Amino acid sequence: MLKKESVKLLEKQRNIGFLLEPEAKKLFKDHGMDIPGFVLADSLKTAKAFFKDTSSPLVAKAVSRKILHKTEYNAVVTGIKTPDVLESEFNRLKGLDGCESVLIEEMIKGVEIIIGAKNDYQFGPVVVLGIGGTSVEIYNDTAIRLAPLEQGDVVSMVESLVARDIIKGFRGKIGVNMEVLVSTITVFSQLITDMEPFFESIDLNPVICTKDRCVIADARVMLRPVS
Amino acid sequence: MDLNFLFRPRTMAVIGVSTTHDTHPANVIFNKNHLRYPVKAFAVNPKGGVYQRETLYENLEQIPQDLDMAVIAVRSQFVPSVIEQCIKKGVKGAVIISGGFSESGNVALQEKIVQLSNEASFPFVGPNCLGIYSPDFVDTFFLPGERIITPKKGNIGFVSQSGGVLVDQMVKFAGQGIGVSLAVSIGNKACLKETDMLSWFENDLGTDVIAFYIEGFDKGEGRKFVRRAEQCSKPIVVMKAGKSPQGILAASSHTASLAGDYKVFSQIMAQYCVAEAEDEYELTSFCESLSCYPKGIKGNIGILSLSGGHGVLAVDACSKHCLETPKIKTETMEVIKEKLSPEIKEIAALDNPLDLTGSAVDNDIITSVRHLSRDDTIDCILALLIPYSPGVSADIGAKLSRVVQNEGKPLVAYVPNEEKYRIIIEGFELNRIPVASSVKGAVLMAKALRRCKPC
Repeated sequence: MLKKESVKLLEKQRNIGFLLEPEAKKLFKDHGMDIPGFVLADSLKTAKAFFKDTSSPLVAKAVSRKILHKTEYNAVVTGIKTPDVLESEFNRLKGLDGCESVLIEEMIKGVEIIIGAKNDYQFGPVVVLGIGGTSVEIYNDTAIRLAPLEQGDVVSMVESLVARDIIKGFRGKIGVNMEVLVSTITVFSQLITDMEPFFESIDLNPVICTKDRCVIADARVMLRPVS
Repeated sequence: MDLNFLFRPRTMAVIGVSTTHDTHPANVIFNKNHLRYPVKAFAVNPKGGVYQRETLYENLEQIPQDLDMAVIAVRSQFVPSVIEQCIKKGVKGAVIISGGFSESGNVALQEKIVQLSNEASFPFVGPNCLGIYSPDFVDTFFLPGERIITPKKGNIGFVSQSGGVLVDQMVKFAGQGIGVSLAVSIGNKACLKETDMLSWFENDLGTDVIAFYIEGFDKGEGRKFVRRAEQCSKPIVVMKAGKSPQGILAASSHTASLAGDYKVFSQIMAQYCVAEAEDEYELTSFCESLSCYPKGIKGNIGILSLSGGHGVLAVDACSKHCLETPKIKTETMEVIKEKLSPEIKEIAALDNPLDLTGSAVDNDIITSVRHLSRDDTIDCILALLIPYSPGVSADIGAKLSRVVQNEGKPLVAYVPNEEKYRIIIEGFELNRIPVASSVKGAVLMAKALRRCKPC
């Protein structure tokens, strides 16, 4: 079941056609998915306080209704390790078109995968799984299943990928925690089933999977216009 | 809605029979059914008169009997009023042959007939279709009987969005000796859709495999279809058209279908164990093997051949279609070797493929199949029986069938489709063992059995 608060948000955002990244992440978190530790900073002071409290490097992103594809606007900065870099990047991002605030998050390292959804004309909500990054488009290596999914469906999705060993681990590299991945995707598949009237497509790209977590590092939710 | 009246009618009205134009679809349909099928056919034309020395009724009211179904072949603008007449008369369902609905942009007219049908629970097939071929009952295809090849009555149910593809597929079924329980061209599928047909075929005792030609599903219909397929105990095969961007455009102008994203279609069919046939040859092979073996296999194939080359060809084809050809157990090989005739004991290649050579006799083949069947590393046997060798008798089909029935492991045979080998082929087919006419065809038959885990 979609939370009432989420329904309100989805109805409200239909006009602009998509959810802002912090809104999208909150929606996924509220329904049981994992997101990075973050702060939505209006001021440099808040940003610096978050830096002090976090041990890992940080990621900073501009939050703007005018920017859908963040990389095209250079609106994402990864690997921030010093307060000075944080300050200069914070100021630059604030200056971007329509920037309302800056999303600052802990940076997580692991296997990057894509979990997506499409509201298909013939089949309704379907889940898409692939290896993260741009290579997914080049290799066209994705698994698609009708939502909602059961555990076995997720296992068969991973098995059907040519690049399955990247997820399962190979040549000494640790793979992802399959139990967490299965739970993440089944929860997601139920959520998109409940979101059917609202969404057009969803890209969680990347979702970063470690030996104990699957964290949504970026989320794009495209909404359906009111019919 | 009871569709039995529609698919197995005792009485029918053919509406639109012409007194001046004898190749009119309604005339062809009337002539085909009248006196040739058990169904009692009544011809209807508002002008009345006589056609073929039978009364041409001006309307349905005049017909002195209750009607199980009506074939409507009038101009599209008159279809709604004809449907109203049918409902008033208490007809149980219709086949609407007429075109000129959503496929030519007349969406409102199609909506109108759907509304009429919904209000009165009056089922119909079409519009813009060939309708139904129900062996021993009725045939609404407006193609003269002497021009088409119809398969015998059998156990395959076939549903097609295209009439042309349906007729052509029937030729292929007939050529392969496959029979149909019912073939339906659903055209614009405004009322009866794939999912309705799936439900009907599932309950039909005469149908063992349900096959579809699909260009595209209506909005949300794909989800209903696979959900229904999930509960269906019979194997389902689909052949999809409109896979490429150009094909999608063509499907849209053919039946106003939105062919959709092919990758989504294909992967979801696999998710629900619906076998997807690549083309009409695969469709034919799939139907034949699934009608003999409805249960799935993992895809570990044991190949038995009388020629080394055929064995290699089969291994290549298996590999191409994601079927495994695992090593056969040493114990199995030892038992087989011990029992082989002395002439081939030392020259047979005891491996997978198992090449018995051209010097093998019936007993060698039977022994090998019996012990391959008992080896749990393989779950399907391909028997490549080129019958040119002098040691292979005409009884080999019947003899091997008995082994297969006793051992319970699926076997697919390859025998060249020539008249002189007919006795071997029938030895298999009469015992419900599928026979392919090429090595590739045999591999495709095995591939169908692995439908829950495609390539």
